Amino acid sequence: MTMSDASDSPEKQSSGPDIVTASHQASDQESAALVSRRWLLLKAGIALNGLVGIALAVPIVRYLLAPVRKDDSYKSWVSLGDVGNFPVGETRLASYRTPWKETWDGETDNVACYVRREGSSQFTVFAINCAHLGCPVRWFPQSQLFMCPCHGGVYYADGSRASGPPERGLFTYDYKIDNGQLQINAGQMPSLSNTAKLVNIAVPAKQGPGKDGDCGCRG
Amino acid sequence: MSGWKQVYDWFERRLQIEGPVKDAVLHKVPRNTASWWYVFGSAAFTLLMLQVVTGILLALVYVPSAAEAWNSLNILNHQVPLGWFLRAVHAWGSNFMVAVVFIHMAQVFLFGAYKFPRELTWTVGVFLLLMTLGMAFTGQVLRFDQDAYWGLGIGVFIMSRVPWVGGGLVHLLLGGPVIAGATLSRFFALHVFVIPGTLLFLAAVHIWMVLKLGVNEWPMPGRLVRKETYVEEYNKLAHEDGIPFVPGAFWKDLVFSGAVLAAVAVCAAVFGPSGPGGQPDPSIIQTVPKPDFPFLWIYAVLSYLPPSMETPFILTAPILMIAGLLAVPFVASEGEKSWHRRPIAVLALSLVAVSWAVFTHLAMSTPWSPHMSAWSGDTLPVKYLQEATPLVRQGAVIFQAKQCRNCHSVDGRGGERGPALDAVATRMTPDQMRYKVVTGGGNMPAYGKNLSPPEIEALVSFLDTLHPANEPPAFDASRHLAETSSAPQPVSAKP
Repeated sequence: MTMSDASDSPEKQSSGPDIVTASHQASDQESAALVSRRWLLLKAGIALNGLVGIALAVPIVRYLLAPVRKDDSYKSWVSLGDVGNFPVGETRLASYRTPWKETWDGETDNVACYVRREGSSQFTVFAINCAHLGCPVRWFPQSQLFMCPCHGGVYYADGSRASGPPERGLFTYDYKIDNGQLQINAGQMPSLSNTAKLVNIAVPAKQGPGKDGDCGCRG
Repeated sequence: MSGWKQVYDWFERRLQIEGPVKDAVLHKVPRNTASWWYVFGSAAFTLLMLQVVTGILLALVYVPSAAEAWNSLNILNHQVPLGWFLRAVHAWGSNFMVAVVFIHMAQVFLFGAYKFPRELTWTVGVFLLLMTLGMAFTGQVLRFDQDAYWGLGIGVFIMSRVPWVGGGLVHLLLGGPVIAGATLSRFFALHVFVIPGTLLFLAAVHIWMVLKLGVNEWPMPGRLVRKETYVEEYNKLAHEDGIPFVPGAFWKDLVFSGAVLAAVAVCAAVFGPSGPGGQPDPSIIQTVPKPDFPFLWIYAVLSYLPPSMETPFILTAPILMIAGLLAVPFVASEGEKSWHRRPIAVLALSLVAVSWAVFTHLAMSTPWSPHMSAWSGDTLPVKYLQEATPLVRQGAVIFQAKQCRNCHSVDGRGGERGPALDAVATRMTPDQMRYKVVTGGGNMPAYGKNLSPPEIEALVSFLDTLHPANEPPAFDASRHLAETSSAPQPVSAKP
């Protein structure tokens, strides 16, 4: 297959190769300097596009990486309701609207958590997510266990690992009591990279309001 | 007719496509490649086209917004005429495509078709496989229901295990700190623009190489691939004992593709669309999330890994698997193609296929998931409690109320995470049961803190009645001996 021009009549088509040949002959006579100048101009064109490409890449990459931020910048204090809603000695399911939200999030902004009240101002607020793969654990008050429906991870009432595949206890939120409201520092989906740094596994959890709430317990 | 011919010529003079098309269509392929074994690649491409067309049709109605996606899917299912059928064809097309791509890969592997000079065709094929699985996963996310939500959560927990950059990767995956509107938007972009674009481009490169390098000849034992001589030998084979690709081989491709499309349509009509399941409200926690079929085996593997192995496995296994697939044509680019003389290849393929089937089956039967409502929903058969003492009955109540049944089945009902307890008394003495209940161990939580001593006593006396009528319960031999023989006899006195 050879290249030919796209003229309509066959007569014109046959004249095509002649033109090509003629231009070839002309280019042969051009000086080497002229050719190397064209190559230089081509390289200049490539360089210009490269520069513009880099200049454009910077804002594009910055735009793409926009969601990558420190966990704390996503978090803020949200209320779980009146402290009185949570009886002492019991673990209750609660939910809140995640503070970092858009109008088109719909129901996904509803996040569940478990509130365990150990004393009048002593709480542990557990994330709903199993520390194995994030499935929502369920609380069974009769046996005082959290069970995960996915792979059968089980946790004790204090959130420590009881059995199954999880390698650590349940994640916890920092909490504080403000004007009789139980507030937690929320907004970031708990996972093994943020709230649950693996190095913290063996470190005993600090108790009390406003402290680092990561559950360091392990069964 | 001359009018049509003029129109044809007008276009042909501008497009100049007749030559290349004729070259592609009439190029000679070895006669015995016109086989039913060689139809899977074209079927995969046909399914890709089906997915593109049905995907565009679904996009006419689907709303890629976290607030509306679930509603728009339900409107597709229930209000748009035949919307359910389009969804079903797209879902079944996806299942078939994943299956056909894997079968195609297995066939290519078994026939040694990845060897010189087709190494790059295989490499591109590996990426096509990854793109196909990427489409399957992102498609599952677009079906924005509970499974999609918690499936993404599993993705988050896998991503978060990457050292140093895990947190950043999670934010990139989700488009923010939580699964929300931004997440669905970016998965829509991936599923509709990024991955299909790459898929179509790579498929074009893949097919281009098949045309340029020729269809792999039927492997014959003893006909070895050597880089110096292969091209010459292949051309000889194709030209001396070859037939034009069309119609010689292509009619089988056409028939099989048609049959696959018909199968997709029948499955879609009979089984209907998949989901959407429950609405994507994470505060509704009464859910048992499960991934779609192609990913079930991962779900099963993740449940069997010991906790200490999990992160190393998750971080290295995918890389090793992909690297292994990519290395295949470079490790064995020459030599024997026939499966008759490649026992390791055949065994490796069998091992992968059997493992995959076993893990997928296990994931479908989910023996490790507790049955969350077994304790309140599954009744104890009357036969276990007839003529039972009050203590035993009390134990049965504790057995149910403390959720033991969620993991242990009795009479074939209940969870399967732990062993069935129908004959537990024949395996364990009361002391052993007491110890196990109090301390747990293995996959069982310790109930020492959650049961009072009287409760444990009642539970164990119930468990001790669980044995077949003709099989006595286990007992402690040394204690039994001590209790039955009041005056121990010297050993020498026995006959």
